[in-house]
Amino acid sequence: MSVLSNTTALLGKELRTEFRSRELLTTTVVFILIVMVLFSFTFDPTVGESRRFGPGLLWLAFLFASSLMLQPCFLRELNNDTLSALRLSVSDPFAIFLAKLAANTLFLLLTELLLLPIFAILYNIPVLAVFGQLVLVFFLGSLGVATAGTALSAISAQARMRELMLPLLLLPLLTPVLVASTEVTAGLLDRQPFVQWKGVGFLAVFDVVFLTALWIFGEYLLEE
Amino acid sequence: MWSRLIGGSAVLALVGGAAYASFYVAPEERTMGLVQRIFYLHAACGLTMFTAFFICFCSNIAYVFWRSAKSDALAVSAAEVGLVFSTVNLVTGPIWAHPAWGIWWTWDARLTSAFVLWLLYIAYLLLRTLIEEPERRALLSALFGIFAFLDVPLVYGSIRWWRTQHPQPVLMGGPGSGLEPTMLKIFFFSIFAMHALMVLLLIDRYGLEKMRGEAEIVRRELEAA
Repeated sequence: MSVLSNTTALLGKELRTEFRSRELLTTTVVFILIVMVLFSFTFDPTVGESRRFGPGLLWLAFLFASSLMLQPCFLRELNNDTLSALRLSVSDPFAIFLAKLAANTLFLLLTELLLLPIFAILYNIPVLAVFGQLVLVFFLGSLGVATAGTALSAISAQARMRELMLPLLLLPLLTPVLVASTEVTAGLLDRQPFVQWKGVGFLAVFDVVFLTALWIFGEYLLEE
Repeated sequence: MWSRLIGGSAVLALVGGAAYASFYVAPEERTMGLVQRIFYLHAACGLTMFTAFFICFCSNIAYVFWRSAKSDALAVSAAEVGLVFSTVNLVTGPIWAHPAWGIWWTWDARLTSAFVLWLLYIAYLLLRTLIEEPERRALLSALFGIFAFLDVPLVYGSIRWWRTQHPQPVLMGGPGSGLEPTMLKIFFFSIFAMHALMVLLLIDRYGLEKMRGEAEIVRRELEAA
């Protein structure tokens, strides 16, 4: 079996597991919603101020949420003792990562798209005109978060205090994603929206670097 | 014993010499005056930190591919020693910045990436304390170390592109930048002295780590018996 067919089979498994209970998606959506509401108390949420702080708030909420959302990714396999079976079932361990990070990107993107209209209403920022570009940034940002996060959740799942360890390892590592996606989003939510292609390219570079690193070192992450 | 004494005294003389040179030999900088002399310690520590973290990165890669306990010991030693230099670098920075720029801290590319680097290596050392089994600890922390080091240029690039309000780099910062020749010589001497100190600390810490590993093996054998 090729990596691709392995990946699609495993991706199907990940999606089935999640959509059976939808636990991860619901909790993440509620978490981000809470952060959004709480954040409004930390500054005066007029339209002008919201344009200034909104993009940062949005991405910070996504990042924190992802550090929680990515926890069960490998923990579930370890708790159910399914990791060895999973490893035996694929020809290349990279397929496991590819499936998991595709699923995580999809979950993140879905949450972000669900919350974007709520954000737009709460902070009075129109997003319809730049919706397509926003989806592109959300996708590239989420892919970066999911790639680094999937790798690190394989590490943190094998450590003590894993719930605390994943944010600690992941958040500083995601600094470039936070900076770049916040800047691009800020450009899109501006009064005169514009696309910062430099930022979009930067996010793509981040994704490629970490995907390559995962491709090279992934198999060692799952060693027993 | 003798080699340690000789090595220690040599490094002490080097560091003392660098300190003397930066306080008494280096000419006074025109605009910043006395406070600029901290540059010889501050920048030298910054570069030494980078060398130490690079050693850590290479040992991490070596561990992943060849699984020698030695490279793991070298990696953790280099990370710890690098963290010491990083801390000195981060503490001396604001001491210099406040009189020179009028602010303690600015979120400029170099400052911020040095800070993020410091956080990443704190996380690296923390991770090591939370995995019991030595081989698993070595492998997983090595992998995290690799990811962390790969992140550094990206952190620097992102902040440099979007968050810049920083002064041009003094060295290699384009036309008009650069150091006066005596200053440059003393700067290179300081870098050399700090690297010598780093190597000395590294050798010592490496020895300690190796002994720790041996003690661990003995303890396990006793527990098994």
